[in-house]
Amino acid sequence: MSLLKETKTIFLTLPLLVLSLIFPTIPSAHAAEVNIYSARQEHLIKPLLDEFSAQTGISANLLTGQGPALLERLRSEGRNSPADVLITVDVGNLVAAKQAGVLQAARSTVLEENIPAQYRDDEGYWYGLSSRARIIYYDPERINPEKIATYEALADPALGNVICVRSSSNIYNQSLVASMIAHHGVEQTETWVRGFVNNFARRPQDNDTAQIRSVASGECAVGIANTYYFGRLLASDDPADQDVTAKVSVMWPNQDDRGAHMNLSGGAMTQSARNIDEALKLLEFLSSEQAQDVYARDNNEYPVNPRVQPSGPVVRMGEFKADDLNLSLIEKYNAEAVRVMDRAGWR
Amino acid sequence: MRIWMFMVLGLAALVAAPILVIMAHLFVPSLEVWRHLAATVLPRYVGNSLSLMLGVGAGTLLLGVSTAWLVSMTSFPWRRFFEWSLIIPLAIPAYVIAFTYTGLLEYGGPVQTLLRESFGWRSAADYWFPQIRSLPGAIVMMTLVFYPYVYMLSRAAFLEQSVCVLDASRTLGRGAWSTFFGVALPLARPAVAGGLALALMETLNDFGTVDFFAVDTFVTGIYRTWMGLGQPAIAAQLGAVLMFFILGLILLERWSRRGRVSHTTGYYRQLPRFQLSGISAGLAFTVCFLPVFFGFILPVGAMIIWTWQTWDFVDPRYLRMAGTSLSLAGISALAAVCAAVLLAYGRRLVPGKATGIAVQTASLGYAIPGAVIALGIMIPFAFLDNAVDNLARTLFGYSTGLLLTGTWTALIFAYVVRFLAVSTNTVEASLQKVTPSMDGAARTLGLSAGQTLRRVHGPIMRASLLTAGVLVFVDVMKELPATLMMRPFGLNTLAIRSYELASDGLLKESSSSSLAIVLAGIIPVILASLMIARSRPGQT
Repeated sequence: MSLLKETKTIFLTLPLLVLSLIFPTIPSAHAAEVNIYSARQEHLIKPLLDEFSAQTGISANLLTGQGPALLERLRSEGRNSPADVLITVDVGNLVAAKQAGVLQAARSTVLEENIPAQYRDDEGYWYGLSSRARIIYYDPERINPEKIATYEALADPALGNVICVRSSSNIYNQSLVASMIAHHGVEQTETWVRGFVNNFARRPQDNDTAQIRSVASGECAVGIANTYYFGRLLASDDPADQDVTAKVSVMWPNQDDRGAHMNLSGGAMTQSARNIDEALKLLEFLSSEQAQDVYARDNNEYPVNPRVQPSGPVVRMGEFKADDLNLSLIEKYNAEAVRVMDRAGWR
Repeated sequence: MRIWMFMVLGLAALVAAPILVIMAHLFVPSLEVWRHLAATVLPRYVGNSLSLMLGVGAGTLLLGVSTAWLVSMTSFPWRRFFEWSLIIPLAIPAYVIAFTYTGLLEYGGPVQTLLRESFGWRSAADYWFPQIRSLPGAIVMMTLVFYPYVYMLSRAAFLEQSVCVLDASRTLGRGAWSTFFGVALPLARPAVAGGLALALMETLNDFGTVDFFAVDTFVTGIYRTWMGLGQPAIAAQLGAVLMFFILGLILLERWSRRGRVSHTTGYYRQLPRFQLSGISAGLAFTVCFLPVFFGFILPVGAMIIWTWQTWDFVDPRYLRMAGTSLSLAGISALAAVCAAVLLAYGRRLVPGKATGIAVQTASLGYAIPGAVIALGIMIPFAFLDNAVDNLARTLFGYSTGLLLTGTWTALIFAYVVRFLAVSTNTVEASLQKVTPSMDGAARTLGLSAGQTLRRVHGPIMRASLLTAGVLVFVDVMKELPATLMMRPFGLNTLAIRSYELASDGLLKESSSSSLAIVLAGIIPVILASLMIARSRPGQT
């Protein structure tokens, strides 16, 4: 066969292959289904959705992406968007979605019973589903815990170059700084960030787990990370991970005043939702005791449903006081937080 | 001729639409945000991007041209193996190789652990080890996977070269080195420059590696401005600036090529290879072995071990994801090569400013990060979709829904917009080797323009067309941001799976899907490589 013929055969068979791939994925018109845009990664949310489908017979179609990009997609697709439900890792994106007009209120007594008022929108536009604390980890051999009892204390010049934290592009850091702005105002926060940055042990990099590991390895004496990353290390049966958790201690910050800064993941019904009943059922399921238990046990997060106890390794991290700052303020100050971090040189 | 003109302008307009949408953002007033960026982070973005380009440019030129010359023109042990294996690092996405080397070289990785155990060091404070997550680290990673662009294009050029010129040079008293630098390299320059341009554009546009290595470049800045500052319009403006920068690069390269003799005689025969032996053969072997080892064997070996260690994460759905990735890549490659041939010919047949500008604009997509392109496509497509839907609703009381957005069409269109430059560059460089006198002869002998294309140009350009197709194919296999943003429901690719696991800190767990990307991408790469080797005119 000549080369051109070979190429032709390859390229002619491809479209057929594609067609065979597309058609099975088109859902039939009458089957009950719900379409989800999720900023939660597939391997974290899929087990819950599978359980939901098994219980209700409603098939759950998932599309993952980054929060702001999903919002942009909802906005440009308008009323024709296929999405019924939007799930994000932080409520900030849901507040922004409400403001952009791509959500609709979802009212149900089940949701209101399962989720305390401070974890949901007054008008029912969004609901918190799980929470995580952003806290301090330290090497007890090098650091006196009294010196790092608050976020504010981390900016003390006497602390030295000991802190490891990831970059300011990370939404959790942005949200932490936004909460500082909400409590202390822009000016004071900027002074704090400058002092904090001065105490960095190395250029901000990598993810939360790496910060905890760096404390164990001696590269830094203080690290900042969300609780579920430590929970995951505690749950791991890898001896290297066990070694890390043995060397690192946990500091719950600001326990004498406002409490530890919290990140809330959540869900909402979109303006364009066509499968309204199914979408509502999904949100109700995610807030149910059964699903909340999965959040706690498998993802090492704190359930928002008060009837569900935290479970798994995070329980070993102890009880703590959480900052109950109004979450819409965190969304409000997010961009300002990024600017403050830019000015203070937090890369 | 007129029909060519319309086709070229039509195609260019279609492809340029999203690019123009992005440029239109330049008129959104934003002085205050720009002032903030310029005073804080912009200098760092620009500085890092330039250093990265300089480093990767030098590295890919060195590795790509030297290995291409060695396997094309000399003979040494394992030469035939290197001929195709030098291309395969291209199948590994830069972010994947970055994940892998980080896993190997970071504090908890096998290398440093072994060092600590051997020397009794207790913690990171006891010794010094180079930081893999750094600007030099990023340069090395990108050089390892981008040098094949220079290699492939230079090699195609060396193979298509007539031996007469080289013989003449030797007869006239030039030595082997002098012939290489004085004759062969200048003749191959359009192709080498084309390959370099591709490698540099990939470098400028890379997000995964620099983000993972904590090196702030223009592209990470674009994402941050969008996702962090919540300013998609200003992210698009930064994208437009990047685009102008690339346009400058392309123009500079074209300008430097002006007035050069870019063609050799049409007399081909078997390439006479310089027989290397002893030390020189060993040296040639080493030069070719190192890129293959560090760019492929070592990282893939690590991935295989990690896949075995994390077998629980291997998913039966990988097969289907691989099918999706392959189909997307195949269709986009075909579309991009067809479009490139159309554009290149249109420009040749209808020379002039209009077609020149049209072709140039159409190939700007490569300079824009995938996410920004996705934005540029989503806006007009969704507008069109909603307009059609509104019309149908008012006229017939029937909703058409979204016809383009969130379908395969939109996604493949995004790939073509993004990667058209890859194919156009390659096709144009190759088309330069077809002299007008060949066209003249063909037409005098009674062939139509179409027949000339098929019977004269086709065989001459075969290697380059294949190269173009494979480059686009592999690029689509690895593409992440645009896929992430534009994919329809139910569509999942290996790249997305790998990225989601790795960015969640599950580095070892991500290696099985990374491995699958490499395996799925490698077969067409090797096939094409073999076809290119066979395609030399006069070669038996």
